[in-house]
Amino acid sequence: MKKTGAEIVWAMLEHEGVEVVFGIPGGTIMHTYHPRRNYGVYHVLVRHEQCAAHAADGYARASGKVGVAIATSGPGATNLVTGIATAMMDSSPIVCITGQVATPVIGTDAFQEVDITGITLPITKHNYLVTDLEELPEVIHEAFYIARSGRPGPVLIDLPKDVQQAAMEFVFPDDEVHLRGYHPVGKGDPAGVKQAAALINQAERPVILAGQGVIMSGAMEALRAFAEKTDTPVAFTLLGKGGFPESHPLALALMGMHGEVFVNRAIQEADLLLALGMRFDDRVTGRLDAYAPHARKIHIDMDVAELNKIVRVDVPIRGDLRQVLEQLLPLVSPADHAAWRERIDGWRAQSHKRDIINRPENGHLAAPHFINAIWEATGGQAIVVTDVGQHQMWVAQYYPTDYPRSLITSGGQGTMGFGLPAAIGAQIARPDKEVWAIVGDGGFQMTMHDLATVVQEKLPLRIAISNNHYLGMVRQWQEFFYDKNYEATHLWNPDFVKLAEAYGIRAWRAANRRQARLAIAEAHAHDGPALIEFEIAGEGDEANVYPMVPTGAALHEMIERPTYVATDAVDLISRPEQGSGDLLGAIL
Amino acid sequence: MQSTLIALVEDKPGVLTRVTSLFRRRNYNIESLTVGHTENPGVSRMTIVVDSSRTNVEKVAQNLYKLVNVLHVEDVSERPNVLRDLALIKVQADGGSVRSEIMQLVDTFRARVVDVALDSLMVEVTGTEDKIDGLVDVLRPYGIMEMVRTGRVAMARGNSGNGSK
Repeated sequence: MKKTGAEIVWAMLEHEGVEVVFGIPGGTIMHTYHPRRNYGVYHVLVRHEQCAAHAADGYARASGKVGVAIATSGPGATNLVTGIATAMMDSSPIVCITGQVATPVIGTDAFQEVDITGITLPITKHNYLVTDLEELPEVIHEAFYIARSGRPGPVLIDLPKDVQQAAMEFVFPDDEVHLRGYHPVGKGDPAGVKQAAALINQAERPVILAGQGVIMSGAMEALRAFAEKTDTPVAFTLLGKGGFPESHPLALALMGMHGEVFVNRAIQEADLLLALGMRFDDRVTGRLDAYAPHARKIHIDMDVAELNKIVRVDVPIRGDLRQVLEQLLPLVSPADHAAWRERIDGWRAQSHKRDIINRPENGHLAAPHFINAIWEATGGQAIVVTDVGQHQMWVAQYYPTDYPRSLITSGGQGTMGFGLPAAIGAQIARPDKEVWAIVGDGGFQMTMHDLATVVQEKLPLRIAISNNHYLGMVRQWQEFFYDKNYEATHLWNPDFVKLAEAYGIRAWRAANRRQARLAIAEAHAHDGPALIEFEIAGEGDEANVYPMVPTGAALHEMIERPTYVATDAVDLISRPEQGSGDLLGAIL
Repeated sequence: MQSTLIALVEDKPGVLTRVTSLFRRRNYNIESLTVGHTENPGVSRMTIVVDSSRTNVEKVAQNLYKLVNVLHVEDVSERPNVLRDLALIKVQADGGSVRSEIMQLVDTFRARVVDVALDSLMVEVTGTEDKIDGLVDVLRPYGIMEMVRTGRVAMARGNSGNGSK
């Protein structure tokens, strides 16, 4: 049957299992939009193309499927760039389709022409400029395969207007993809696996460093079986959160710059590190020459270029993490590291005594309080999407989760403005789940125009704004390292409650713990979009994220939490309120 | 220390840009890069020379592999190999005695004269970069008017093919 390029786009998207795309039409892509309603692919109209890319990314991270963004040429395409770079750094599978000026005028500086394949070359896993309609079906099929396989990442397809308009006899391409230079790996090299097993069997103080690779390769069960058999504590990176249940006795907590002191201390004291699907980001290691000095190191990753990139390891294994863990499991002996665990638990107990959560009511609201209250109200069952900055670290610390794909956050790129649009994508991917966007006042204002999308799509999204009237993380660095010179970090803000109401979104404001609990309970019960503005301290010790490893310091050289010694300190996760549904009743 | 990498890539538009973009993006330093056709239609061959004291050659190879259009990468530095550079050198030669002096030098270096004009000679020389540097040094006093070098091409000795099949 004859089909135009535009029709082939939708037929192929359907064929790839795409249910929804995020985008904005414009001059060179409207031809593709025209036949959309004849196909079973839903389109979400966002308010800025950056949000289309972030929403596709949030959709991908929440669902495990490939997210799709569509934009026109020129500014439409360049507006995607931040979202593509974000997806690249965090290995998120998205496919972006951009319109391009017609092939005869490419290179002539035509209206809204931009070299988007050139611009995105270093921030895509691969990209295509399709100049021949015959190639289009194969290109779309390849693009989805490349995006989701191996180490996932963004792929861009640039589609000139005349290619969208041309027609040809259309047949679906072969399922098998023919790429001569692209072969994702599966199992690990057996010799390496054997070597790793030997190191594991000798270890007395092992620590697992779990990264996002655990989630991406579906290795949650394999990791749990491995950790339990070898009695090995599990620390996690920011993106690794959710790959191992935080309520598990072997779970540690976040590692790195804002990781817990007891976790970083365990890494520094360990005699074996097992790095699983993580990449030793500088936010994770602290000063490299002082990193885990006593530890042998095993690194398992899909991407061979990550092995020995930052940290030299004793055993590098390239492979799919789930398969490698399954290879390892029969080779490792059951172990009991009780003495090691008790040492770590000793450090852990000290951390909790200093924890801000255990401070008595003082009339103020600190972000950890409302984040922990959201955790209690949702029973830890929500998908939480963050923006970037202090609140992001507090979410990592105070919203423990037992489930993969339940914390969505921009890690590698640290993209402010990610939170709201990624939460839109996550809510659309998971209509069955309660989704909370927890954002700061700075980042929220970078993409808050997409509140309109929330309402237009009737999404029951909950938005929590942590408002300290500052670019808080920058202000914290200014306080610590720049003589408290708060240059260009103070923010005048609109009335976020009125702003939400202007969009028809129900909104609350909370300035103390009691108000926070009430507002959260009401937003939790509300059927429809909801926004809460939490007024938190802009300065003082409750306005800083602790602990903190300053840049250039070793991992154990942390700025610890200000001393507040609770007499009745308890572990956050075993607090009695956990999951209590009737919060309002408890408060009133 | 220089290392020589051979990369076989798909002969498609933009592949050279992808490779050079990778070098720029990862802050790798290229000493020279040549591209040409191979015995296989659809496959191009790149010879890439990097300064291995400043650039991690293993990481270069691993990152090249991540490009979808790159088929095979091999570091031939540690293997028995043949390394060749080609130069065209236009040198001033206006008097009869100068001309014969230059011809003798050219012979000594097993180079050859490929063009003769009234006041100049064009010399073609093939060999290792050291050999070409040597010829350039001895020709320089006569006045080099113009010169072009291809940059290194390389091939491992022996029976092994290049892995593209």
